[in-house]
Amino acid sequence: MIAELGHAALWLATALAVLQMVAGGLGLRAGNEAIVALARPAAVVQAFLATLAFLLLLYAFAITDLSIKLVATNSHSMKPFIYKLTGTWGNHEGSMLLWVAVLALSGGLLAGLERRLPEKTMSATLSVQGFVALGFYTFLLISSNPFERLPLPAPEGSGLNPLLQDIGLAIHPPTLYIGYVGLSVAFSLCMGALITKQVTPDFAKVMRPWVLGAWVFLTFGITAGSYWAYYELGWGGWWFWDPVENASLMPWLAATALLHSVSVLAARDALRTWTIMLGVLAFSMSMLGTFLVRSGVITSVHAFAVDPERGSFILALLGLYIGGSLIIFAMRAGHIAEGKRFSATSREGALVFNNVMLSAILAIVLLGTLYPVFTEVFDVRVSVGPPYFNPAGAIFAIPMFVVMAVGPLLRWKDDKPQRIQFEMLLLAAIAITVIALVAFFGSYDILPLLGLAFAAALGVASLLPLRGRKLSRVPTATWGMVMAHFGVAVSLFGMASESAFTSEKLAAVSAGGQEEVAGWTIELQSVDPIAGPNWTAVEARIIATRADGDGVLLTPQARNFWAPSQATSESALLTTWDGQLYAVIGDQAGVDANGNPRWQLRVWWKPFVTFIWYGGLLIAFGGVLSIIGRLQVDLKRRSAAKRGKERRDDVEALGGNAAPEPAE
Amino acid sequence: MRLLYLIPLGLFLFFGGVAGYMLTQPKQTNIPSQMVEQELPEFSLSPALEDVPGTSRADFTDGKPKLLNIWASWCVPCIAEAPHLERLKREGVEIIGIAVRDRPEAVEGFLSRYGNPYTRIGADDISELMLAIGASGVPETYVIDGEGNIRYQHIGDVRADHVDLLLEKLEEAE
Amino acid sequence: MRLLTALLILLAAPLVAQSGMPPAPYAYTQLEDPALEAEATALMETLRCLKCQSQSIADSDAPMAGDMRHQVRSRLLAGESPDEVRDWLTQRYGDYVSYEPTVSATTWPLFAIPLLLLALVGLVLLRRLGRRGTDEDAEA
Repeated sequence: MIAELGHAALWLATALAVLQMVAGGLGLRAGNEAIVALARPAAVVQAFLATLAFLLLLYAFAITDLSIKLVATNSHSMKPFIYKLTGTWGNHEGSMLLWVAVLALSGGLLAGLERRLPEKTMSATLSVQGFVALGFYTFLLISSNPFERLPLPAPEGSGLNPLLQDIGLAIHPPTLYIGYVGLSVAFSLCMGALITKQVTPDFAKVMRPWVLGAWVFLTFGITAGSYWAYYELGWGGWWFWDPVENASLMPWLAATALLHSVSVLAARDALRTWTIMLGVLAFSMSMLGTFLVRSGVITSVHAFAVDPERGSFILALLGLYIGGSLIIFAMRAGHIAEGKRFSATSREGALVFNNVMLSAILAIVLLGTLYPVFTEVFDVRVSVGPPYFNPAGAIFAIPMFVVMAVGPLLRWKDDKPQRIQFEMLLLAAIAITVIALVAFFGSYDILPLLGLAFAAALGVASLLPLRGRKLSRVPTATWGMVMAHFGVAVSLFGMASESAFTSEKLAAVSAGGQEEVAGWTIELQSVDPIAGPNWTAVEARIIATRADGDGVLLTPQARNFWAPSQATSESALLTTWDGQLYAVIGDQAGVDANGNPRWQLRVWWKPFVTFIWYGGLLIAFGGVLSIIGRLQVDLKRRSAAKRGKERRDDVEALGGNAAPEPAE
Repeated sequence: MRLLYLIPLGLFLFFGGVAGYMLTQPKQTNIPSQMVEQELPEFSLSPALEDVPGTSRADFTDGKPKLLNIWASWCVPCIAEAPHLERLKREGVEIIGIAVRDRPEAVEGFLSRYGNPYTRIGADDISELMLAIGASGVPETYVIDGEGNIRYQHIGDVRADHVDLLLEKLEEAE
Repeated sequence: MRLLTALLILLAAPLVAQSGMPPAPYAYTQLEDPALEAEATALMETLRCLKCQSQSIADSDAPMAGDMRHQVRSRLLAGESPDEVRDWLTQRYGDYVSYEPTVSATTWPLFAIPLLLLALVGLVLLRRLGRRGTDEDAEA
């Protein structure tokens, strides 16, 4: 029954999406108020139905209902319970259902909560949102039905890839999806505003929390994913410029640009078309990522869905949504006035500059990701990897960091660079000092060196907007900006430090053997077999000692899962304030002189590597503060307006002689 | 100004076209060796089994074209290609095997189960020859002419319909 | 989820091909000379693991990546330069094996497009920001 209920809920949601689309669309013409009023409830009920469908699938996975094909092919009765649940989205169909559920949920939230926009714009927005949802429901139901039954229940499931049997799967995909799909609301709002030509600061204020919210989730999801890959893959890499990773970075870059430009639009009524373009771009990148990952165009046989039919389906959706929105953009953008003007040396000027830089980095990532696909058309295979992305991205990232440091110090509209002369000199001095110091103590590559310098300068610069202000009176949203910018500096510091100062030790060690790495003494005590719920492993007991400190026990494992049969290495991490010790146990490597078995040990000391993810969390937290700040202001304004109205009403009730109160 | 607004659409259409085309193409996952039409590099591998001789470049320069088959006992597709190699052997083709990262007992077990089409088997314990001839996986089969030049590379297991193709290539290499 | 598929791809393939053989001598052993080892690491980070997805041979458990690391280290030890080792590999596997960006008939757009982009960015910024100065004067 579960499967049938879920399936029916999806069909109902699809029907409601049609209703939402049509009703919203009719809102563009006057005289259909009765039908138009249905758009909002349609969206809200749809959100319930899609969420219900997802919960039902979750339940099917929880009880390992092996009569459902998806469960049988991706789960196993002996798997730990938590991984049974998370396994729901560890596959194409389940993750697509999660995607659609989040899409419906954000659509429902928008319809249920948002009352500030003009009715016409709102109708158009809901119509677009319904249209987008409809496409993805259809995709799900026609080519990737998660609730498909098996003719006969399977005796046992085939299990979940052991690499995914990790808490990372519980956090990373859902947060990332909320981020991707949250951008759909920004997309719909942009289209709604474009269609009704209402690209105004009010529209920007409505859109801002959605963009911020999606961006916070994206930031958090990418940070979590990076850390997951770092400890799970066993080689200490935290970013591989893999097409699949890039697919998550691109929407983030677009959303970062968007949230800055939407702030300019809200505060200064400038950058109207640019904001719309970015709104379209951000969600387009989310959908593009979906296409790349699920179509088999980019990854090899091991990707999610190599079914070319699915690929064509998503490509058709892409054509419909991205193509359609770009056509509307090309037709309508000319009718939108560019908005208020400003000089180059102003807050807006700096924001525009960095918007362009972010877009350029996005273009580089997009180019590097798609280029191997393009050359395959000519039967040429090329590899584009870190040695390309890092320097090519840096060309645009470096000027961006410079402007990011001084931008928040500038005034809106127009400012004189001389006014912040002192700050600029201070920051330049910090950067130069760091470069000189680091270059004096060792020879490092240019990019990590610059990274360290910019991290220091940016760290100080991000706090400068607080200078000379009473801290208790700084608006929450400003704290958010300070926090997020500081997070960028922290993260940059971690990346540069990891890249410049990591020490590596590979060795074959027998029990009792010792190795040295970067001031740490590593002693292998023993290697013992152990067993888990669905795996067996060898576990090394390693004592890591630093200088004259106490020894700390590390227990990396080499696991062998039996459903499906696969080996993984579980790294052991020792976190200190100034970095992380990363230990991995590999295969047995012969015997030593006394006939004792020797084991492959890999140990890294990565100074300040954790700052990469601390920074990511700070950035996300800054976003949260910013949302809170905006909501506070919004609520205050609403209650002020309400009080004002009450007072006027009172005055009228008191006799209506309505002498205007003197302004105090 | 209007033209400017059409640029994103143009870029997207370009992408859509390429992506659409790629969807219709079979996914190319092979990495062809650049060593085809080049000389077989110098190598010498010790025997993978006690009673079957090892191999070196000199074995490929006696004027008669041969097949060089890279395989391993742990490789599943190698089981599938065994009968077809057997057929090639019956057709009078000399096949020299390269056992990649393999133990003698495992090699012996494999050959006793699936037959031995090889006249010589070299043990390539550290993928020396594999890397030297640009092989990126197991199994792969190379046609080597009588002067020790690589004439053709077959990636993946040899199937029934590849047998004639390989015979043809061997004839061309005469 | 994107990362998750990456994970799937990254390790799924090589682990099937377990052979139980000890790895090549220099697959998991560093060179004695730290300077040479640093050269080797830098080189290995720019060589693609052919059996994996988007991993260099410096961070893969695939046996073949181990054997490639052995080639790199032993060749450097024998006195070859990193560029010679890279050339040796590209002669066999083509540009695909190397992540190091080189301008060739097949890769020039990778470099031309960022340059074009740089020009475009300059132009956009000039249009949007450069012009404003005069406007502002007019307004003032």
